[in-house]
Amino acid sequence: MMKVEQKCKVIAKEWLTQDTVSMTLNVGDMLYHARTVAGQRIYPGQFVHIKCGDGLLLRRPISVCFWKGTAEEGTIRIVFEVKGEGTAWLARRPVGHTVDVLGPLGTGFQTTPGPYLLVGGGIGVPPLYACACYTGCSSTAILGFRSKERAILLDEFDSECIDVKIATDDGSLGYHGFVDALVRQELEKKHHYQGILACGPKPMLKSVAKVAAEFNVPCQVSMEERMGCGVGACLVCATPMKDGTVKHVCKDGPVFNAREVDWDA
Amino acid sequence: MPDVKLSVNLAGVTLKNPVVAASGTFGFGREYSQFYDLSELGGICAKGLTLHPRNGNPAPRIAETPMGILNSVGLENPGVDAFIKEELPFLRRFDTKVIANISGNTPEEYGVMCEKLSAAGVDMIEVNISCPNVKAGGLAYGTRPELAAEVTETAKKHAGGVPVMVKLSPNVTDVTEIARAVEGAGADALSLINTIRGMRIDISTRRPVLKMNTGGLSGPAVLPVAVRMVWEAAQAVSLPILGMGGVAKGEDAAQLMLAGASAVAVGTALFADPFAPLKVRDGLAEIAGKQGLNGVSALTGGVKPW
Repeated sequence: MMKVEQKCKVIAKEWLTQDTVSMTLNVGDMLYHARTVAGQRIYPGQFVHIKCGDGLLLRRPISVCFWKGTAEEGTIRIVFEVKGEGTAWLARRPVGHTVDVLGPLGTGFQTTPGPYLLVGGGIGVPPLYACACYTGCSSTAILGFRSKERAILLDEFDSECIDVKIATDDGSLGYHGFVDALVRQELEKKHHYQGILACGPKPMLKSVAKVAAEFNVPCQVSMEERMGCGVGACLVCATPMKDGTVKHVCKDGPVFNAREVDWDA
Repeated sequence: MPDVKLSVNLAGVTLKNPVVAASGTFGFGREYSQFYDLSELGGICAKGLTLHPRNGNPAPRIAETPMGILNSVGLENPGVDAFIKEELPFLRRFDTKVIANISGNTPEEYGVMCEKLSAAGVDMIEVNISCPNVKAGGLAYGTRPELAAEVTETAKKHAGGVPVMVKLSPNVTDVTEIARAVEGAGADALSLINTIRGMRIDISTRRPVLKMNTGGLSGPAVLPVAVRMVWEAAQAVSLPILGMGGVAKGEDAAQLMLAGASAVAVGTALFADPFAPLKVRDGLAEIAGKQGLNGVSALTGGVKPW
């Protein structure tokens, strides 16, 4: 298996909120090279590592929200938040321009046909859309946002999930509170989930992992850490595991079994 | 550039080209072997090893700065025995020189590691006396000439016939003092520079971006410091030098070689471009070709100071 660095053309761009951008990239035959052992080209939860201008030395890791096309001629959709100089640069790329992309990288969600409970928070929501599509429209999504204005991808989840529940920190849309309360309600009512797939800020993941453990439901979490190389060589994106070892978000993750993570580190 | 000879000699070791992957940026080669054949490289300085496995420092371990990055990995590694058993056989599959990089808490630890690595068969040992991110040993050995000499002497005594290259810190007032001390203690080569200590603060949280508060600066921002220090060291000692610090293209490598380096290492540039070492190699060949040189080694020490 060879990894690739490719110049990818921006073929669509849309601002979803005042600081969230959806971008579709033509990745050519990137997915042809990305064959994994199981024969899959790409898994939900994997990310692409994008060079954001010449002045910045580090690429920006962005998880893949959706992909389509063939292995030889594919497109991927990314949804990212403008947080700093790099993401601001990327957000300014007009349709038709190209960006330098490494990918797909990392270890994604390991899934069977489902159904799963998909739990996302904020900018952690987009990769779960890939999970929704991948698990055959059998899953339920619980999505948390700071407010109604910041809610993204609701129509997409509606069309790919059996049920979608929303929580907002300020109560402006759906349940007033955090997603872990909704996860608890759902697991009390339904017992058929193969597992929970979660992505969001670490405190959210920790709460969701706790509820999952209580109900004895397998839980996979997608973690975030500042990255360097993105391929597992520079070792900067370390995250401590319960057994005392250290794993690396870019290569061993970003998706980990929630039970292996040291949540108190 | 078929006419330009790329091979260089570094302390008796022939590198097929003067570009080496810098320690700590290339792991043990496995990840980048998914991009290209590692036999394309002149050599690989493997991730820094310690006698026992280390988990390294808490994250965040990296911060971006103007034309540079700060890191505070803290020598996370599986230990010298695991390297010899699991990583060295992999690296040996490639036609490239394998340089092991070691850090010890005591001179004795350097000795034990040299013995193990020499027995296992590496092409060169890079003795790190300049890691800014660990408390014991590390930088302390690299900033005091008598300690640097002691570590070098112990390493040499236990390295058998394997050449010992000592990696110097830029975090000193006078690099020539340390260079002379390790030359006197029997070093076969020098490598420089390691990272420069730095810090970045998030002004909204008022917290340093790195969990360790400070870290080591690398990337294009440090290139001029590296060129200056290689030039100073080259004048002070007669040891061959592996130059490094911010090399991202052929011209950067040519500067270090003109300053006195026999070969160069590429590190931070890999993060933006996994192919950077190969581009540096091709860039160097093109420069040497344009200047009508028979080989890239003709660049070494060729600076004409005012």
